[in-house]
Amino acid sequence: MTIGLGHYLSVGAMLFTLGILGIFLNRKNIIVILMSIELILLAVNINLVAFSTFLGDIVGQVYALIVLTVAAAEAAIGLAVLVVYYRSRGSIEVEDVNLMKG
Amino acid sequence: MILPALFFYLFAGVCVASAAMVIVSRNPVHSVLFLILAFVNASGLFILMGAEFLAMILIVVYVGAVAVLFLFVIMMLDVDFTELREGFLEYMPLGLMIGGVFVIELLLVMFPWIINPGVAKSITSAIPANVSNTEALGLVLYTKYIHYFQIAGMVLLVAMIGAIVLTLRHKVSVKRQDINVQNARTPELAMHVRKVASGQGLQDADAAEWVQ
Repeated sequence: MTIGLGHYLSVGAMLFTLGILGIFLNRKNIIVILMSIELILLAVNINLVAFSTFLGDIVGQVYALIVLTVAAAEAAIGLAVLVVYYRSRGSIEVEDVNLMKG
Repeated sequence: MILPALFFYLFAGVCVASAAMVIVSRNPVHSVLFLILAFVNASGLFILMGAEFLAMILIVVYVGAVAVLFLFVIMMLDVDFTELREGFLEYMPLGLMIGGVFVIELLLVMFPWIINPGVAKSITSAIPANVSNTEALGLVLYTKYIHYFQIAGMVLLVAMIGAIVLTLRHKVSVKRQDINVQNARTPELAMHVRKVASGQGLQDADAAEWVQ
């Protein structure tokens, strides 16, 4: 009944897969795609922290902190780009993005 | 002994279930709320692992900042989200196939395996005993990994400036304060003293000059 490293890695694996699945299922809704990316980064963080605590090395948590920072920055920039795109096109359909070139 | 296992299964189960709800729920606002639930449960997992500082940071950063940002954007954009769900079932077989391959590959960690004993020698900064997690993190974050810390700050600064530059717009119809024009204004420019003839008022030409 003891909870080991494998249990935490499985949770990370399931979250990662759900994130990938979310990107595939919501091909049109970019907001849900951004949320799926957040889920993927959360899975990465769980893996980093699990290895960090089970191997007794604090560096994994330092990296998890950096990943957290990058995730926050990515969400801010992604949503800003989304708002600009919505203003210019009036919709957030991802499939029209290639009309923006040139 | 049984209690940590119980809490692990509680947090892990709710976390995975709410992550699934994030990607299948119809309303994006519900998606964000399930995302918050997933993050709160993940921070519970972090506490179980003994990474208390990261657990609190996860709640502060994700629930306090990122999720609220998502909510803001969803409510600000007037989008018909039902129409964005077209093709959900169309992509389902491909998505499930790729997801199935991923989860099978990743769940191989459940099979018995061992960590190479040589890994213990390559540990760079061991977690010090009888020091709290926050203190242990601070001991290395501000000394050995100061560059990572500064790069993280730089990334946040660039993200902040980028988001502001992208979304800031000047509407022509809105009157704005122009400090230079205000400071350049003198009494001679601002005031005109006129003698108004009795019974006649200002002539039209004078009045036009006065208005501008």
